Amino acid sequence: MNAPVKIETTLKDWETDQEVRWCPGCGDYAILKAVQRTLPTLGADPKNTVFVSGIGCSSRFPYYMESYGFHTIHGRAPAFATGVKLANPDLDVWLVTGDGDGLSIGGNHMMHVLRRNVNMQIMLFNNEIYGLTKGQASPTSRVGTRSPSTPVGSFDAPINPCSFALGANARFVARGFDVSKKLPEVLAAAHAHEGAAFIEIFQNCIVYNKDVFDAFAAPKGAEDQQLWLEHGEPMLFAGGAKGIALDREALELKVVEVTDGDWQAADVLVHNAKNRSIAHMLVEMPFGPFPMALGVLYDDPRPTYEAAVADERERATRGKTRDLAALLATGQTWTVSGTAADPV
Amino acid sequence: MATQTADARPDLSSQDAIVVRFAGDSGDGMQLTGGQFTLSTALAGNDLSTFPDFPAEIRAPQGTLFGVSAFQINFGSRQISTAGDAPDVLVAMNPAALKTNVAALKPGGLIIADTGAFTKRNLDKAEYETNPLVDGSLAKWEVLAFDISERTIEAVKPFGLGNKDALRSKNMWTLGLALWMFDRSREPIHQWLRDKFAKKPEIADANIAALDAGHAYGETAELAGPLRQVSMPPVESAPGLYRTITGAEAVSLGLVAGGQLAELPLFFGGYPITPASAILHHLARLKEFDVTTFQAEDEIAAICAAIGASYAGSLGVTSSSGPGIALKGEAMGLAIMVELPLVIVNSQRGGPSTGLPTKTEQSDLYQAVYGRNGDAPMPVIAARSPADAFEVAIEACRIAVEYMTPVMLLTDGYIANAAEPWKVPDPANYAPFPAVFCDKPNDGDNFLPYKRDAKGARPWVKPGTPGLMHRVGGIEKHELTGNIDYSPANHQRMTELRAAKVSGVAVPPQDVALGDETGELAVVGWGSTYGPIHQAVGRWREKGRKVSHVHVRHIWPLPANLGELLAGFDHVLVPEMNTGQFKTVLRDQLLIDAQSLTKTSGQPFQIAELEAAIGAYFDGIEGNEGGEVPVNKQQLPSPLAENE
Repeated sequence: MNAPVKIETTLKDWETDQEVRWCPGCGDYAILKAVQRTLPTLGADPKNTVFVSGIGCSSRFPYYMESYGFHTIHGRAPAFATGVKLANPDLDVWLVTGDGDGLSIGGNHMMHVLRRNVNMQIMLFNNEIYGLTKGQASPTSRVGTRSPSTPVGSFDAPINPCSFALGANARFVARGFDVSKKLPEVLAAAHAHEGAAFIEIFQNCIVYNKDVFDAFAAPKGAEDQQLWLEHGEPMLFAGGAKGIALDREALELKVVEVTDGDWQAADVLVHNAKNRSIAHMLVEMPFGPFPMALGVLYDDPRPTYEAAVADERERATRGKTRDLAALLATGQTWTVSGTAADPV
Repeated sequence: MATQTADARPDLSSQDAIVVRFAGDSGDGMQLTGGQFTLSTALAGNDLSTFPDFPAEIRAPQGTLFGVSAFQINFGSRQISTAGDAPDVLVAMNPAALKTNVAALKPGGLIIADTGAFTKRNLDKAEYETNPLVDGSLAKWEVLAFDISERTIEAVKPFGLGNKDALRSKNMWTLGLALWMFDRSREPIHQWLRDKFAKKPEIADANIAALDAGHAYGETAELAGPLRQVSMPPVESAPGLYRTITGAEAVSLGLVAGGQLAELPLFFGGYPITPASAILHHLARLKEFDVTTFQAEDEIAAICAAIGASYAGSLGVTSSSGPGIALKGEAMGLAIMVELPLVIVNSQRGGPSTGLPTKTEQSDLYQAVYGRNGDAPMPVIAARSPADAFEVAIEACRIAVEYMTPVMLLTDGYIANAAEPWKVPDPANYAPFPAVFCDKPNDGDNFLPYKRDAKGARPWVKPGTPGLMHRVGGIEKHELTGNIDYSPANHQRMTELRAAKVSGVAVPPQDVALGDETGELAVVGWGSTYGPIHQAVGRWREKGRKVSHVHVRHIWPLPANLGELLAGFDHVLVPEMNTGQFKTVLRDQLLIDAQSLTKTSGQPFQIAELEAAIGAYFDGIEGNEGGEVPVNKQQLPSPLAENE
């Protein structure tokens, strides 16, 4: 965006008159509130804000935001959002998608919006299931997920959304979860990033995949399993009793005990959000032996696609005028007067 | 020089039009040769029409029958509306080119062949057991065969090129001979070569030397032998400025003009596909006209980005060919549902599936009119020629913007690639249709995103407009508020409103392209069949038949008077390059007994075959001579036709 004017709004200003139609207790409610709480802190302007979504439970989101909204077709939201952004780069575009919408039918578009680096916030609600079509296994479902389409358990290997994003050359990758108090901070960091900002938000589908994230995202008692990353801060969790260090021989991460808060003695890593190698290691950390890496895992901006398009336009049009009559008469022409033709 | 002389050689000088076909290996530069010959023909003031016909492979194995690339041009001192049926002159750069093209040559026509390429190896590849240039099998034509390869090498020798590089100029040598034959100026081609090879002046010089050598050969050979110079006086044309134009160029320029007339930035989302890619290429160079081009990751993203751009206030355009259009179907439905302007250009090719990527067909008509889920009406219009594509592209933009609807513009592989002279239009002669954006509440203090105007169009609001925030999407929505509404009465109402808007699109009354407004037979065409139908109908009219040519631009909705017009004819015959799709639409919409005449060989109609079919149809009409009216869906050409 071109130096947007900051607007005073409250959470209420971002609520529509539409009846919210998610299941009672769905994690989407918490995410909606987190977004409506975050936007006023950013000074966001409802008239310049566009929520674009695909198809699925998550993609009903735009109807509940008092801004401009476009509920499109399954998997293609990144392509629509790219068109919106190219037509008017001043708009603040938020993309809402899910694990099925964004990584299955729309995986191709997700890859390309990330590698092009179109400036927008991409919220991927990951509930590891197809909700709106009544509970089939999704591309992020863990092996063994029982569902109507996988009655004895799914057997295809799941994809890790943040690994996918890094692999597609995303320059901002973050994680949060629906009921986390820290979600607004993560959203704000994504908004501050110039370029495509990818946020995986773990979301509890209470009907078809209830509490699958409880081991790290339960409202109470799972805090020890959360590693909240902050640029320049040591990678500590479990109240500072444990940390993440680098096994320099195996070139992989390890969990270390921290005694008396002396994390330096335990060789705990300091998070550098611009370090792509560490980002890869953090997103790949297996949960269980390791905590769940949350917050801004990677943030290293590079020029946006819109900037490149504007630059190309500037170079391509330099010294040219918009003269339609001259354009139509381009190339080898001749004039006819009477019956004789004379080359021009 | 080997020559065979036909008994009755037609005198080309006495003809008011001549058809020349250049044929060679796909690496021989035949399209380039044809293109430059076209330019020189246009500059000489002849009317013309071209037909580039090339294989789907970029460089098929050398010398093979399937690797032959051909370029046909019909030019004359009268109006030309097709690329011509049978060539008068065939330039064959190798045995495969001769074999695949000679059957089309008129009896007594002239074959110019490069003996240097008629080697044992090339004859084998073309499946010739003996050399046709010497075995007498070409007796019904005149043959002028000599070693073009050797003469080219000789001509470019001073430039120090190896034999392989030297032979690349063979096409220019041949072009030089053709320029001499038809008394054309070499200067524009010299200039073109100097521009093209500005960074490699030695290559430009070599090509110019080859061109000049070919030209000089003509002069010398005329003195000594059978080669004669033919002069073709200019055609009588309306005074004005002219250029040549292909359909792909015309569509691109029409879209740019449409954007300017709508006072909107143009956003073009495309994905590479034959034969539609040329539109992306042209528009990518026109950024100064407020054009943004976006090469998307796939066909679906290309249309979705275009819809996104329309949503944000640009005129979204996407373009493809049959298989790509199929992929865009769901997104077209969304554009119909959210009622945003969008132009979809379909350069049709032979199908189904990958089909015939470089050949022409009109078989996506059902797809255009009916090919979406749900009741999803959309205006469909078709261009009849390269130059007409300019007008039709503007018309598509106008309908899209005025009615807030996607519009499909049909061209085909023939129109996209073919060139014809074009009287350069003055943009000032086109009425602007500036887009109107809604920027304030339209219902007291309320804003209703689906409140329609008299034409049935909903308001267009640019995101960024204060106070008018709203949501749109593909789910059925309330008639006025646009909020999600699945209620039975609402869906029925919305279905009706969407249909009524499209059927209410203002379409100019249908005229008769040739002939009277009533008669015995109406030959009804659409798209690129205009030229051959026009000529064939003209020939029967000269013979006194009560036949007229009606050519339909607006396929959906049809012109309101079409039914009444066709009711004035005893019979309706619909030639088209598919198995009878427009015939079905006419039968359905007008309840008339339209009969079909079809061709699905990937080649355009020939005038003669249409003339014969129309004749047979007349013979079959009760009271005329002959048997019954030919059955519906008669396929042309007959599989047993001599040329096949």
